[in-house]
Amino acid sequence: MLRTISRKALVILALVALVVLPTMAQEDLIVVEAGDDVVIGLAAVLSGEGLAPIGEDIVRGAELALVVRPTVTVGEVEFNVVFDVQDDLCSAEGGQAVGNYFAAQPAVIGVVGPTCSSACNAASTIFDQAGMASISASCTSPVLAQDFETFSRTVPSDAAQGADAAIFIFDYLGLSRIATIHDGSAYGEGLVNVLTEAFTALGGEVVAADAVTVGDTDFRSTLDGIAAGAPELIFFGGFPAEAARLAEQRADAGLGEVIFMGADGIKTTEFISLAGEVAEGVYISSPAAASTDAAAEFLAAYVEEFGIEPTGPYNTNTADAVNMFLDAIEAVGVINDDGNLEISRAALLEYLLAYGSEEPVDGITGVLSCNGDGECLAPLISFAIVEGGEFVTLEDVNVMDMEEETEEETEE
Amino acid sequence: MVQTTSRSSFLRLGKDPIQTFLYLAGGALLLYVLVVALGNVAAGRYGLRDFLQGIVLGLAQGSIYALIALGYTLVYGVLRMINFAHSEVFMAGAYIGFFAINAFSQTPESGGPSFLEQNTVLALLLTIIVGMTASSIIAVLLERIAYRPLRRAPRLVSLITAIGVSITLQQLFLRLFGGGTRSYPVVNLCFEPLQVPDQVDRVCGTAMNLLQGRYRLPIGEQEIIVRPLYFIVFAIALVLMTTMWFIVQRTKVGKAMRAVAEDKNTASLMGINVDRIIVVTFLLGATLAGAAAVMFAVYNPQVTPFMGFFPGVKAFTAAVLGGIGNIPGAMAGGLLLGIIESAAPGMLGIPSQLEDVVAFSVLVLIMIFRPSGIFGEALTKSRA
Repeated sequence: MLRTISRKALVILALVALVVLPTMAQEDLIVVEAGDDVVIGLAAVLSGEGLAPIGEDIVRGAELALVVRPTVTVGEVEFNVVFDVQDDLCSAEGGQAVGNYFAAQPAVIGVVGPTCSSACNAASTIFDQAGMASISASCTSPVLAQDFETFSRTVPSDAAQGADAAIFIFDYLGLSRIATIHDGSAYGEGLVNVLTEAFTALGGEVVAADAVTVGDTDFRSTLDGIAAGAPELIFFGGFPAEAARLAEQRADAGLGEVIFMGADGIKTTEFISLAGEVAEGVYISSPAAASTDAAAEFLAAYVEEFGIEPTGPYNTNTADAVNMFLDAIEAVGVINDDGNLEISRAALLEYLLAYGSEEPVDGITGVLSCNGDGECLAPLISFAIVEGGEFVTLEDVNVMDMEEETEEETEE
Repeated sequence: MVQTTSRSSFLRLGKDPIQTFLYLAGGALLLYVLVVALGNVAAGRYGLRDFLQGIVLGLAQGSIYALIALGYTLVYGVLRMINFAHSEVFMAGAYIGFFAINAFSQTPESGGPSFLEQNTVLALLLTIIVGMTASSIIAVLLERIAYRPLRRAPRLVSLITAIGVSITLQQLFLRLFGGGTRSYPVVNLCFEPLQVPDQVDRVCGTAMNLLQGRYRLPIGEQEIIVRPLYFIVFAIALVLMTTMWFIVQRTKVGKAMRAVAEDKNTASLMGINVDRIIVVTFLLGATLAGAAAVMFAVYNPQVTPFMGFFPGVKAFTAAVLGGIGNIPGAMAGGLLLGIIESAAPGMLGIPSQLEDVVAFSVLVLIMIFRPSGIFGEALTKSRA
């Protein structure tokens, strides 16, 4: 009896060790044998209510980056690059799972992703322990870059988006009474907090603030509570499924005429198909791609390669993240005596955090120049309105100008 | 029998210190809620209008909870087993119903209005029937494949199997139909006899739009907003639940069900085919879940493989609230939960993200003061 127990205990211990040990320490040196593929992890949301199209768009962006640049060359030896794609579920649990998974893969050079800030937050905790570099193309929660050593992003943080959205509402739309709703996610809550602060500083008033549960479908009582404050606009920080229901049900609370606004989290075709008619007239802020030739070329290639228009906003950001990794591998990789590729994780990380800091690199989304903390893309926020079932970018909005105006006004 | 005795002795065991503590904690919570609610009412932050609006908003959601809850209650009453896969039976009904209504909403090649636009009532009825059928088929298969072989196994085994089946069904639908969310089409149904001349609907004009219309109803100086749909869902649910009650209480099959619930072995000695009755039980519960699913999806038009989870948990709560195994209990529990959920956050002045906390706090309170639910446990009168 005693023997069986101890054997069981041993087996359990071994299993625990298998799971825990690799996450605790990752070998600094990654060795890719000649002829093998270089593996980059790709964590994106591939399931979930209204979220999969955002993740699928990210995967397409990454694949397209490899179509353009399928190999890395280190010391005249060419290596194929492949992705290990995992679903991050857009949640803390999912982020933890992909974090543990990738941290336990000695061959994975680094990770592109995850998609959502809550997943980034959980995964980066593990990546920091493992020394695994990650570049997210879509995690916009402001705190991420400061909180984690190994985290970089090719998307502006919500500190910029929230502040610009506040200016947009106050100056462009000319509204001073808003209500905010978030979905309790790191992304949604973070964005709403930044917006609230910026909007109040401008002199506007947040007349009601509430939060909803992800996965719930009936928000009528929430909206009824908000209606009491008589807002002129409802700003939602969250994702398409909840946004679509809120936009639809606001009429049930007598807020049908009130403007609905969201952010990059709902800038996906999924939102329009879920919300249908009520999507019309919804305003959306999102990090924009600089209108460069590279971006236009990438979009054309995207449509040609996959036969559809982008289903989410982050494909160019993802391609930039992939290119950063490829550049980094070529820069810090060395061919050892056996003809194998050796990459030091520490050197890779150092390279990525300083990427473009001396000489900015022209990416597809914009100019890439990391600030050492992991913020690699200068903020450029654009605004769109849904018209005729499509996102129509408001070309006449220039937040930079409005910012100056506001500053002048306050000076006066 | 064994389980019943062990449970009641467990209760008696914890009676003195723990029970006293629970009573005190529950009483304190109740008092706190009462003070906060009265405070908000006195301060004018919450009035009659908000309460009425809360009730109206909770009506449809509550009816749907009640319908699903009946499925949990029936199976529990007969088998003493919690069918955690019931939420996926619900999801399946909504999904298959989606395919039906989506097909009806296609414009014919020859042009002209779709079947859904032309014969709205018929199309909706057919969708509900498709949903009910799909749910029943899934539930019967489930019983046959997953539960029947485990009939003689300890109850924990079938409970875990139910959770396994639930995950399997979710994943099956995810793989079959993808992770994307699907939307039920927007359906308008104009009801000519009812004219609302002062509130013109976009589609129906002055006629009442039964499904999409939103109407202002004056309450004193204020007004609440009402959709006829809330009351339609409520009415259909009421009819279905009454039918169910009638089947269980007044028909031969119902009598057999109650007999099996009372004592399986004796029932089989009396010539009742227990296996068949159990299938009927699953079937009845699933039919209601299928109808609830289609109404839920017309009301909150989005369908995903994971959509069953929330309504499922809520309905289970509703079933326990009313007394699991008790049919009127499940009805009342569902409606109560729906209304509490929509009215309570406003009344207590807390963020509506906490509506689930409120709902489950009510459950905790009921469990403290009346462990067998409001109406008591049991499918049959003699047990109560």
